[in-house]
Amino acid sequence: MRRFFNNKVGVFGWVVFFLILLTTFFGPLFYPVNPFEIVGKRLLPPGSSFPLGTDYLGRDILAGIVHGAKTSFFVGIMAAALMMTIGILIGALSGYHAGFIDGVLMRVTEFFQVLPSLILAMVLVALFKPSQGCIILAISVSSWPVIARILRAEFMSLRERDFVTASKALGATNTRIIWRVILPNALPSMIVNATLAVGIAILFEAGLSFLGLGDPNVMSWGYMIGSSRIYIRQAWWTVTFPGLAIFLTVLSLSLIGDWLNDFLNPKTKGRRQG
Amino acid sequence: MSSDSLGFYILRRILQAIPVTIGIVLLIFILLRLAPGDPAMVYLGEAGGASEETLKEVRKEFGLDKSLSEQLFIYGKKFLTGDFGFSYFQGKPVLDLILEKVGATALLVLTAMFIAVIIGILTGVKAAKHPNSLASAFITTFSLFGFAIPSFWLGIMLLLAFSLYIPLFPGYGMMTAGHAGNTVQVLIDILHHLVLPASTLGIILIGPYSRLSKTSMLEVIGSDYIRTARAKGLPEHKVIFKHALRNAILPILTMVGLQLGRLLAGAVLVETVFSWPGMGRLMFEGILRRDYPLIMGILFFSSIVVILVNLITDVLYSVLDPRIRRR
Repeated sequence: MRRFFNNKVGVFGWVVFFLILLTTFFGPLFYPVNPFEIVGKRLLPPGSSFPLGTDYLGRDILAGIVHGAKTSFFVGIMAAALMMTIGILIGALSGYHAGFIDGVLMRVTEFFQVLPSLILAMVLVALFKPSQGCIILAISVSSWPVIARILRAEFMSLRERDFVTASKALGATNTRIIWRVILPNALPSMIVNATLAVGIAILFEAGLSFLGLGDPNVMSWGYMIGSSRIYIRQAWWTVTFPGLAIFLTVLSLSLIGDWLNDFLNPKTKGRRQG
Repeated sequence: MSSDSLGFYILRRILQAIPVTIGIVLLIFILLRLAPGDPAMVYLGEAGGASEETLKEVRKEFGLDKSLSEQLFIYGKKFLTGDFGFSYFQGKPVLDLILEKVGATALLVLTAMFIAVIIGILTGVKAAKHPNSLASAFITTFSLFGFAIPSFWLGIMLLLAFSLYIPLFPGYGMMTAGHAGNTVQVLIDILHHLVLPASTLGIILIGPYSRLSKTSMLEVIGSDYIRTARAKGLPEHKVIFKHALRNAILPILTMVGLQLGRLLAGAVLVETVFSWPGMGRLMFEGILRRDYPLIMGILFFSSIVVILVNLITDVLYSVLDPRIRRR
């Protein structure tokens, strides 16, 4: 417990994260305004009737923030999960089997690393329907190689350890050694990376919806910024608040990632303190 | 040629790039075929109300009546010879459109990278020498913020602050409309427009560079030859900037190479915010109009740029550190 509270910045990250999570689940109950509905005059400043003001159509910005949280988390978590699955599968197999399998899988990884991720995602969403499923797929397909490379490096060092040799001597199959013996030892770094991956995916989704490539049926922070940005001359609040929401969410995930890193690998100091 | 000569290394790296390039052509072909709708329409870019004649022409040009493998061959040959098709919206070959815009993007990205690398190295060196200084705090803050701030939002906030509220810099386009003058005046005008977009991208990048400079500098400072340099009485700035930095700079170079290609392709968001007339802006317009030949051309072109930049980085690295060629 002391280790938990030692890191004040990490605690701050957790607090912000839980506040946003609470908003995601219970916000729509306490603030049941439809984010797509025109509820007042357009471009009203933040104040009494609308806490964060209204946008260029007269939609409630606070409602947009509250409902947009769900989109960010849903896409962020699903995309991160898919990204981690592909990355772990390829990274583990390639790091455990040296030689031919590693060669082939690494060429595939390099191929996906060469493709510019944002452009690829834009193409995918433009060619197919801009649904949440397609966005999740586009984000994870273009972002998994980093995870694969990190895990491959971990596997390459772990596979030479004594406990792996011992399992082999006991006759464990390759499948068992990969998933049951080595992977649990690489878990701490994968947990940290999964946290960061959620943040990266949230930013990615925000970028796509900013460009107008989001799912038009759900409210999204990126969409709020993209659609309102031509009105910033008259109304700074239409763009500022959704952006702050994205920033705080990703910041909290990043702080939690650092905290987890210190907590799970106490020997290495935080990533960012270098 | 011996197996670790520079020429042999370059040749090997080029050979490695070929399958990747072919893979990209294949991927684009598959994507176009998977896209819903008549392929001829897809190739045309859903140009509303394309005449029956144009459709027929496209079908013939891409061999859409032939077998799939023949189609792939025709398509691949076109792409590899730089024929990315025709943008019916803009009325120009795709390659011409891209080449028109690539300069503006390169200017933006290179400037941002330059800002980030210089500030990154300076703070990194300072933080390596004094671990508890302000420079260290700077690095921690910029790393966190650079990761969490959406670039397009940061751009809009800078635009709001320094173009609308305090009108210091223009926030739209690359040149003042109707601005005439000699070369120097035009150049100053462009630089003036460049400040906000380049700072946006630069601020995002400073964190990683300063952190990397700090760690690689710390490693080098502890080595024997630095102690020797100090022992023979060289002034500290010579030790740091002439002896240490030269060796600490290799990882930074690698990162510049890895990021540069991706940035050239990923400047879409910042270019959109500032209406910077680059490739990203072109991509955005292509997407809005579902101009498939254009967006596929950009996907291919930017992937090739990434491959080329990676190639150049590797070769440069191997010149600076010949040991790498033996791997």
